[in-house]
Amino acid sequence: MASVLKIILQRLALGLLTLLVVSMVIFGAVNLLPGDFAQAILGQGATQEAVEAIRDEIGLNDPFFKRYFDWLGALATGDLGVSYAQMMFATGMGGTTELIPITTQIAPRFYNTMFLAGLTALIAVPVSLLIGVLAALYRGSVFDRVANIFTLSSISSPEFFLAYILILFLAVQGQMLPSLAAVEVGMPLGARIYNSLLPALTLTLVVTAHMMRMTRAAIINLLASPYIEMARLKGVRPMRVIVKHALPNALAPIINVIALNLAYLITGVVVVEVVFTYPGIGNLFVDAVQNRDIPVVQVCCLIFAAAYILLNLTADILSIVTNPRLRHPK
Amino acid sequence: MTTISRRGLLTTGAAAGVLAASGLPLRAQAKRGGRLRAGLNGANTSDSWDGRTHSDLFMIASSQGAVFDSLTEVKADGSLVGELATDWEATPDAKTWTFNLRQGVTFHNGKPFGADDVIASLQMHVAEGAKSAAKPIISAISEMKKTGEHQVQLTLEAGNADFPYLMSDYHILMYPAGQIEEAIQKGIGTGLYQVVSFDPGVRMVAKRVDGHWKDGTAGWFDEIEYIAINDTSARMNALLTGQVDAINRIDFKTEALLKANPMVRIQEVTGNQHYTFPMLTNIAPFDDVNVRRALKHAINRQELVDKILQGHGLAANDTPIGPANQYFHAEMEPLTYDPDKAKFYLKEAGLTSLDIDINVSDAAFNGAVDGAQLYQASAKSAGINLNVVQEPADGYWSNVWLKKPFCASYFSGRATEDWMFATAYEAGVPWNDSQWDSEDSARFQDLLLVARAELDSTKRREMYHEMQQILRDDGGVIIPMFANYVQAVSNKVANPDTVGNLWQMDNARMAERWWMA
Repeated sequence: MASVLKIILQRLALGLLTLLVVSMVIFGAVNLLPGDFAQAILGQGATQEAVEAIRDEIGLNDPFFKRYFDWLGALATGDLGVSYAQMMFATGMGGTTELIPITTQIAPRFYNTMFLAGLTALIAVPVSLLIGVLAALYRGSVFDRVANIFTLSSISSPEFFLAYILILFLAVQGQMLPSLAAVEVGMPLGARIYNSLLPALTLTLVVTAHMMRMTRAAIINLLASPYIEMARLKGVRPMRVIVKHALPNALAPIINVIALNLAYLITGVVVVEVVFTYPGIGNLFVDAVQNRDIPVVQVCCLIFAAAYILLNLTADILSIVTNPRLRHPK
Repeated sequence: MTTISRRGLLTTGAAAGVLAASGLPLRAQAKRGGRLRAGLNGANTSDSWDGRTHSDLFMIASSQGAVFDSLTEVKADGSLVGELATDWEATPDAKTWTFNLRQGVTFHNGKPFGADDVIASLQMHVAEGAKSAAKPIISAISEMKKTGEHQVQLTLEAGNADFPYLMSDYHILMYPAGQIEEAIQKGIGTGLYQVVSFDPGVRMVAKRVDGHWKDGTAGWFDEIEYIAINDTSARMNALLTGQVDAINRIDFKTEALLKANPMVRIQEVTGNQHYTFPMLTNIAPFDDVNVRRALKHAINRQELVDKILQGHGLAANDTPIGPANQYFHAEMEPLTYDPDKAKFYLKEAGLTSLDIDINVSDAAFNGAVDGAQLYQASAKSAGINLNVVQEPADGYWSNVWLKKPFCASYFSGRATEDWMFATAYEAGVPWNDSQWDSEDSARFQDLLLVARAELDSTKRREMYHEMQQILRDDGGVIIPMFANYVQAVSNKVANPDTVGNLWQMDNARMAERWWMA
């Protein structure tokens, strides 16, 4: 197990380096966008004088590198900073108002996004595993083909299209689910799930194909192995062959794919959140990019990047743990 | 002078037709109760209860429309009434205004409202470091004097007959003196609704205040919920699935779907919102009035209304004064699309053909790029070659507008003629996007100042009509159309026969004026 711990530490260190690079890229990219926070927030009222005043207040006139390293320095001390909008608001009040840090702003949004990702995972993972196993079991049958065609066409369609199709059938015509995923703090769990079901279903459609196909492929791959043949020859039932003998050995690639898709559920929800006006991090991110509110964009991106890194790490660790050969390297 | 009776808007054909077409039921008796849920756009995570920063519908409807009050209020029919002021009086030069304030009004935290609150609330806009959009209005006040617990006297630097109208601006809200910061953080006003919860860019919930001075005349809902839905399709879906009772700004492309739904009605009003193509008249060739006239006759205004607004608008004649204004010149001879006339004016300018760039982006207004292309096609037969340059939407207002000699823009219009002219047509003001000044028309700039201080309505009408004609003939801004405010309401909610056209959603006051059917 010591080796696993070493891997974890190594990977976490690498992860931090990745985050650093990500933060540089994002900071640079947002700065390359035309316009800045002052111009974006003022819109038509962006007179030279007003733009300069706001830039002065929030420090946009500092050179690029100074701003980046100031931000990085604060981050190193655990301070995620304050959004430009907050800073501007505070100076408008005479500078006496307490600044609300980004962490407080983002926390409820982050919780909402995690909730949606969790709900989707609870639906998508069992469903795709089940379909994958069944498709492997009855490969070549009508069920296999239908499952393939359905999941492949849903992953090939853009998310907003799937979202509107679901809205059309389940919300507008069926009147079963709300098209507006309004969730709020202190909402009872049942209502919360009900309100977020449509976005969760949309995301399920998006991620199912990948997981289901990988399950199916990994299992079929193993079905040709001698030990499976042995099991079959001694008369084990096909379902049992797959679940008991093939699946455990196929777990590593499946876990990898599941982890990747879970990461996608956190980072890739921007479009879905906008379509359903779900108050998650994706919606906040769109808002922040539009306003060029760099501190908020940075934090959102770091969260996205960290989600990828951590889930990939988890996937690797789990595939080691599930594989005795890797668990006990010679 | 308590109220200024105002505007024959509803006698003009367009608005009357629109109201008739919207098929509103006969006036039913308003009654208390229920919860209004509205899906509105224009919300942002940086929103706050600071009226100085408000610029879009969500916060305007939440603050002036529900939680806060102003000194005066423009009614749905365009007349001005007192809100926190009961009446007012001016000296004959329109320079000194005395406002009597409503007595017995309290803020939501129990503090009584009085003259100190008015003065503190006005001074917020000119405070050091404040970036208020209403700063030009307030900085024109040279002296603010408390002449009684419920009376203030405001002295202006120069006479302004429209001053009480300016006090209805949605930026100028009344906050409790000495507690302004707290009021901005929590949303403490004197309005009909008290904040229950506010999540910027997401949701605002407020409940009806018990015992309000507007009881019996406004504020029929027990509770209101404004949901931020910036995405147009999501907004229309929310209405169709019954999750909200009203939405603003529908998508014209899918309007037919809304119309087909018997549970929903479409509300449409023509106001002062207008789309423009400003030319910088201090730069050749736009410094030549004949070139401008050629360009005015080279655009097919009705075609733009039909194709860009899908009919939801009114052809305009290069004046920003619209049907929601008191002195709108409805009988003025319209500018026609006439390539021969355009050619004639081009010849007057000593030209046989004209090659110019027009820099546009849909950031200016929805359909600006398509509009410029239609313009390009219609101008071609007049010998004018418009080269449509598509600009990125990001930074459009800072990099293109006021900088490129010929571009696209929009204005939501203003409640009064003077206010509109002072915003974008007075010589030297920052938003004068045509740089059109006394060199171009000394008469216009003179009339502007005279009309401002004139209290006699008949004389003002004459002057404002003349100014609209000057703009039509010589002005530096091509204004092809007024764009309607189009919103949709569920039949569960009823509204009065006349809906305000100064701003979307009944002047953003649907929480006060509408009720559950």
